[in-house]
Amino acid sequence: MSDNKKDDDLDYETTGHEWDGIQEYNKPLPRWWLWTFYATIVWGVLYTIAYPAWPLVNSATAGILGYSTRAEVAEEIARVDEANAAINTRLASVELTEIAADPELQAYARNAGAAVYLSWCTQCHGSGAAGSSQEGWAAGYPNLLDDDWLWGGTIEDIHLTIRHGIRNENDPDARYSEMPAFGRDELLSEEEVAQVVNYVMSLSGEPQDASLVEAGAEVYDINCSACHGEDHQGDVFQGAPNLADAIWLYGGDYDDIYETVYHSRYGVMPSWQDRLSEAEIRAVASYVHGLGGGQATE
Amino acid sequence: MSDQPAPSLYAAREPIFPRRVSGPFRNLKWVILVVTLGIYYITPWLRWDRGPELPDQAVLVDLAGRRFFFFWIEIWPHEFYFVAGLLIMAGLGLFLFTSALGRVWCGYACPQTVWTDLFILVERWIEGDRNARLRLHRQKKLDARKIRLRLTKWAIWLFIGLATGGAWVFYFADAPTLLRDLVTGQAHPVAYTTMIILTLTTFIFGGFAREQICIYACPWPRIQAAMMDEDTLTVGYREWRGEPRGKHRKAEGADQLGDCIDCMACVNVCPVGIDIRDGQQMACITCALCIDACDEIMDKIGKPRGLIDYLALSDETRERAGQDPRSAWRHIFRPRVILYTALWSLVGIGLVFALFIRPEIEMTVAPVRNPQFVTLSDGSVRNTYDVRLLNKHGDPRPFRITLAGHNALRVQLEGTPYETVDVPANETYLQRVYVIAPPGSAPADTERTDFRFWVEDLSNGDRAYSDTLFNGREN
Repeated sequence: MSDNKKDDDLDYETTGHEWDGIQEYNKPLPRWWLWTFYATIVWGVLYTIAYPAWPLVNSATAGILGYSTRAEVAEEIARVDEANAAINTRLASVELTEIAADPELQAYARNAGAAVYLSWCTQCHGSGAAGSSQEGWAAGYPNLLDDDWLWGGTIEDIHLTIRHGIRNENDPDARYSEMPAFGRDELLSEEEVAQVVNYVMSLSGEPQDASLVEAGAEVYDINCSACHGEDHQGDVFQGAPNLADAIWLYGGDYDDIYETVYHSRYGVMPSWQDRLSEAEIRAVASYVHGLGGGQATE
Repeated sequence: MSDQPAPSLYAAREPIFPRRVSGPFRNLKWVILVVTLGIYYITPWLRWDRGPELPDQAVLVDLAGRRFFFFWIEIWPHEFYFVAGLLIMAGLGLFLFTSALGRVWCGYACPQTVWTDLFILVERWIEGDRNARLRLHRQKKLDARKIRLRLTKWAIWLFIGLATGGAWVFYFADAPTLLRDLVTGQAHPVAYTTMIILTLTTFIFGGFAREQICIYACPWPRIQAAMMDEDTLTVGYREWRGEPRGKHRKAEGADQLGDCIDCMACVNVCPVGIDIRDGQQMACITCALCIDACDEIMDKIGKPRGLIDYLALSDETRERAGQDPRSAWRHIFRPRVILYTALWSLVGIGLVFALFIRPEIEMTVAPVRNPQFVTLSDGSVRNTYDVRLLNKHGDPRPFRITLAGHNALRVQLEGTPYETVDVPANETYLQRVYVIAPPGSAPADTERTDFRFWVEDLSNGDRAYSDTLFNGREN
């Protein structure tokens, strides 16, 4: 330290800058600091040679190490795929009912299935899987959380539905249900439609016009019971909804049900077997099965 | 102005060669050095049995498992407030000691001081005491002896650095396993990187940077002024007794001289290279070695000890006026110190209390709000909750989940028909729980119903609860 040099301050080296007679002392950096600074410059030059750095018109210099962030991501994905290869093979090959019996496999399937669900299923069924039961959501997208299943709620049923979809042209194994458009195709008169709508409403609540219920029952037995059943419980083998429960995919008001009977409803779902791997389909089936409404296999 | 170029303001560091000294403060510093370094190096090797599924290392920061183990205490991430509390105590402790004893931390316990002391000790063993080291430093010729001495010294410094960096990584993994992996080259790269960095910083800070860390790098000398007052005990020189200083005791006018014989003993032993007789200054870390050095000289020349001593600023006026110095305890027991002590103890008691009432099981409930409720086919209304169950025990425990608050509500656990779920040892277990209100019941048709989840550890009856809401259909 330079305590004893204070008397002749003015003689010290200056930077040579002068403003209105005021000069600035040249106060050098500590040497290690200076050398570190030079070292960073050298490092910087070497770095731009080794790594992608200088922008060109359509690309950038690649760097002699050939590093790229895209390649790194691709590697990362390949590494994860490889790490999951064994469990994916297991998932794709075991009996569907065995997934639930193996906690590790089930945990993997549900986590992976949640990711698949968010990528491919939320557009129609919603991120929370509540489908049309959400406020402001268009009718016709089934709620996957409840215990009501058009085509069955066992893991096998759900798997088949996801794999082949519903009422689509791409997959010969797609599930089909064809409810006739009773009104539009003049299979029933408008009066008969009104009667059967009132009858259906009476199964799970209050009809709009109780006087039509009795006549509606007769219309139902002739035209509807073949698919929806004499007990009104529907039929998951034909995709015929249960008419006696509290859940209405297209709405439970008089007008909604009238519309359904008159014009029928033809909901569709894509076939996923060409877009998702078998392991992914099983994963998302396992996820949906675990959302609260899944049914045990008989 | 002459034609000579103007002198530069650049000043290279003046090397410091502290002389060996002995005395009570030096002995105290040796004891603290052995104890603190001993704690640092040995702690990771202490074992503590926590059961088969938990690590048996007494002190372990398990970053991957997000646990901190300290003997019988285990800290989970959500209990980080314990660490925050300890940091507050460390801060208040620093205030307390600084207001009472100045930079006592710097002088005795700071790692920079302790490791520098150790490095200087090694330096003295290899190269000799102050004069021998000065000669070696000034010797321009790089002969075999100088090379041998320098290399030996640096090798030992590097070994100490390696042990220091090594000890650090042992706090973060099972020490015996990690040591084996380190030696066989199988340890994680992060362990090696950390060790290399800490080895080098220890080597450079303790061997070469030394007092420059305290003077230029450390913020504490700048802050300490705010913590000290005129009653703070710090190392000082009794100028009124020592001056005018003079060497020639037999010369004419020697009876006018003070007690200081200008022997430079205090300067020669100083590890930061200052002269304490210039008064208290920023570079001084109050290591008190100058007190030992001066007392030794005072004994030899038959003067009373304490020319350099622990003093407070207020002592100067009293002693100049001929009054007795106040005792150290009078300096220490003053409102400010008592306040810091009280605050420090308060936080400490709070932490100990929190530690004892800390539950062994915990539950957090996150209602699933997408959607808020689900209508089931029979018309009942179902809500879903993500319930996280914390089992801090070293063995798996059966936890039963029940609810209270409304008789109509019913609990159902995802994936099991039972009310009980086995929570693995030392884990947070996520269980999805459904709560169902039958059709027509009050909660089904009410917008919100308050209720309480209870979880019970069936093996010992411990219970925990969490209050939450049931969303029904809005009418």
